[in-house]
Amino acid sequence: MWDLCTNALDTAKLRGASYGDVRVMHLRQRDLTTKNGQVGTLSQSESIGLGIRVLANGAWGFASTDRLTREGVAACAAQAVSIAKASALAKREEVILAPEQSYVDSWQSPFRKDPFEIPLETQLALLLAADAEMRRIKGVTLTETDMQFRKIDSWFASSIGSRIHQRKVISGCGIAATSFQGEEIQKRSYPNSFGGQHALQGYELVQSLDLMKNAPIVAEEAAALHSASQCPEKIGTLILGASQLGLQIHESIGHPIELDRVLGQEANFAGTSFLTLDQLNQLKYASSIVNVVADARLDHGQGLGTFAYDDEGVPAQCTDIIKDGQFRGYLSNRETAHLVGLDRSSGTMRTESWNRLPIIRMTNVSLLPGTWDYDDLIADTHDGILMETNRSWSIDDRRYQFQFSTEIGWEVKGGKKVRMLKNPSYSGITTEFWNSCDAICKFDHWTLWGTPNCGKGQPMQTMGTGHGASPSRFRNVRIGTAFSNQ
Amino acid sequence: MKPAAKSKVAAASASASSPELLRERELRRIIGSVLRLAKSTGAEETEVHVDEVADALSRFANNAIHQNVAEHGLTVSIRTVADGRTARATTNRIDEDSLRATIEASLSLARSQPKNPRLLPVPAKQHYSRVNRFIKPTAALSAEERARAVRRACDLAVKNGQVAAGIYSNGQSQSALGNSRGLFAAYRETHSEFSITIQEGPAASWAKANSADVRAYDPQKLAARACEKAHLAVNARELAPGRYTVILEPSAVLDLVGFLFYDFAATALEDKRSCLIDRTGRQLFGQNITITDDGYHPLQQGAPFDGEGLPRQRVLLVDRGIPKNLVYSRAAAKAAGKQPTGHGFALPNEYGEAPMNLVFTGGDSSVEKMVASTERGLLVTRLWYIREVDPYEKVMTGMTRDGLFLVENGKVTGAVRNFRFNQSLIEMLNNVELLGPAVRATGEEAFEMVVPAMKVHNFHFSEVTKF
Repeated sequence: MWDLCTNALDTAKLRGASYGDVRVMHLRQRDLTTKNGQVGTLSQSESIGLGIRVLANGAWGFASTDRLTREGVAACAAQAVSIAKASALAKREEVILAPEQSYVDSWQSPFRKDPFEIPLETQLALLLAADAEMRRIKGVTLTETDMQFRKIDSWFASSIGSRIHQRKVISGCGIAATSFQGEEIQKRSYPNSFGGQHALQGYELVQSLDLMKNAPIVAEEAAALHSASQCPEKIGTLILGASQLGLQIHESIGHPIELDRVLGQEANFAGTSFLTLDQLNQLKYASSIVNVVADARLDHGQGLGTFAYDDEGVPAQCTDIIKDGQFRGYLSNRETAHLVGLDRSSGTMRTESWNRLPIIRMTNVSLLPGTWDYDDLIADTHDGILMETNRSWSIDDRRYQFQFSTEIGWEVKGGKKVRMLKNPSYSGITTEFWNSCDAICKFDHWTLWGTPNCGKGQPMQTMGTGHGASPSRFRNVRIGTAFSNQ
Repeated sequence: MKPAAKSKVAAASASASSPELLRERELRRIIGSVLRLAKSTGAEETEVHVDEVADALSRFANNAIHQNVAEHGLTVSIRTVADGRTARATTNRIDEDSLRATIEASLSLARSQPKNPRLLPVPAKQHYSRVNRFIKPTAALSAEERARAVRRACDLAVKNGQVAAGIYSNGQSQSALGNSRGLFAAYRETHSEFSITIQEGPAASWAKANSADVRAYDPQKLAARACEKAHLAVNARELAPGRYTVILEPSAVLDLVGFLFYDFAATALEDKRSCLIDRTGRQLFGQNITITDDGYHPLQQGAPFDGEGLPRQRVLLVDRGIPKNLVYSRAAAKAAGKQPTGHGFALPNEYGEAPMNLVFTGGDSSVEKMVASTERGLLVTRLWYIREVDPYEKVMTGMTRDGLFLVENGKVTGAVRNFRFNQSLIEMLNNVELLGPAVRATGEEAFEMVVPAMKVHNFHFSEVTKF
């Protein structure tokens, strides 16, 4: 692979590129699903190709190809330079890259059991057994299970001399029960909705989930939701389960801190951000107990945003985003770092595949654990609503106003969970919401959740991001808006 | 832009243009190779998809191109059948060893599972209607031409003291499908898109077009429209949330009604996850709502065959407000005692089928007439981040974006801060007062479809944001 990389970089230089970086990537994926006791999807895929990004005449060009011959790669590199020269026809400023060292390294994400070595029969048997457990419950009208495994090898080379090989193994698994009754569809998922939990782990992730124990629980809850009371509409106290809080972090902290959005580079599609440059170190983003980091290092955990180097050849880092409630940092790359006074990229350039340009992405954007025991948090809540497992999510294009709904809610009265609520939802303004946080559970309740489906960029790229969170409490939140009908 | 000038530039800069797609005989050769290899590996039946794409996209922001990309890729996806079981394996390597390994992987997957009682034999040869959606000038558009068009759009923004961001893209793709019973289908198309957001201080507006034919729209006109609307959008004032009469431009309509298409899948009803459960055959929407799935409509794109190689059929989904028909894959049709409609996804999958080419019957109004007829209401340019809140009542939430305007006494009187909506699509399609002509609409949440602008009363805005 290094020969292909060298060939591409040499061709780019010869054609007039002042900088180039190239990624050869080999992606393997296996998908298994069941539905109502039958196998649904059963497929695997592999894709290998090369993408090269170059600077020529002070502007960017990128081209990719799956023709991994000497001629194919040279033509691709030449095309990238031609495209960069075309970009220069509509440029306003020269691209300036923050300095970075070159690295020669090889890294593999840790895993105990290679999911591609586990017999398919074993994987399917587990899914079908969990599916059967859910179907045992009266009132369940649809059962679904899924597993997804990925193995990604990438060879990164740049014209400053880096040669970095990384191998990542990613696993995901989840189950869901749906119940249609009367004029209502209710659904419960485990351990999270939209495909379950996803992490930079091997098959041990699946084995840690205990699907068989949880299958009847979610199935019973799905059926029971029909007779639960409607979540009231009010201003009140909200406790969010960890997985829902993970998505709240993703949407209302992770996206607004992307410096490309802040600088208007996503204005046409993903949107911009309320976190304009003057807010850095000035904005009180959250209450003083809130600390958020963007941490791609393995030390933070095996999340979907964990790696050794980003796709621009910058080592993984931990960046303070919110420190004691104050806004402290953005996600940057080599091109944007200097615009916020940094002398180095924060290492967040990531690409979906060999045929996509690396763009600024969340790594693991996590809320650090607090001090509360979960039982104490419930006991301390006189009147509130606990919401768990995301059902819908939406936020405006500058990341101010959001609305989430969850699969299930629980009324908390006098320090106890007293009854189930259906159709829970809440909404708010990002900074008002985070400033209302008054309790965060401790590390024992903290999970590094994986969001495997974050869409951004044109052409669209899907990326996995990590979000550590533990159950937390928020005061004076608008509750029940999604189902209000005034 | 003049076509003659285009081809001249393209010829001078071939290396920045898309590579040529494989010819049909080469696609047949790849499929033939797979079928021959599969025969010797014990596959009882085999189906092969070959998909090739060559796309390019220039992205601009802050009045300059900041990303500019091109890609070329080809995948071979192989489904084998063994003893009542099936599975799929996909590769982008087309040497014989890789194809053989992919066949073996597919067979290994297939054999690892229990028998599938719904699995049908692969279909035999089919006949397809011809559609021509491959437009040479679109395929030939070069990076330099895109850059010059972007430059002109950005210069207009700069002249107005505004900031432009957007994309200009073009590409070509093809799909071929063959199976061990002699079925062969092939389709190629071109595609192009220009989308522009203009910011003027905190205000913004947007315009976008998408077509197989790059000559079907003028990026400069779209840029001028976005500039004009962005200027109108300054000094937005805050209104109280509540129920309003809205005039939804086609993009806003598309991104909402695009969430309906899965509900017309027979499998979705069988799974009891469609909003049409117990609701077909009776008046569900207003009598002015008629929806057809028509892959042959001149404003539509996409192959005239589905994931199993069956020809797509026109299906009347909603007739004057009454859901009349569903779409069926082969398996769903057999289970329901119906005929398949050519809307199946590639097997194996758990979703079955969906109509992908929705065409709404339009009306004789227009956005201008709708505004003129409105005493008080809101003109909506575009919607954003739409998600389903209630799957049976089809309540959707989302935001307005890039241009929300107050209409008073038949005139646009100013800009309004963006709202969040929580709105049932079923209710909305009962409240449509006026429809414009159906056009090829493009947004960000749904596939391009053919929908009209709509004037709708009692549209529910639940909250307001800060801009």
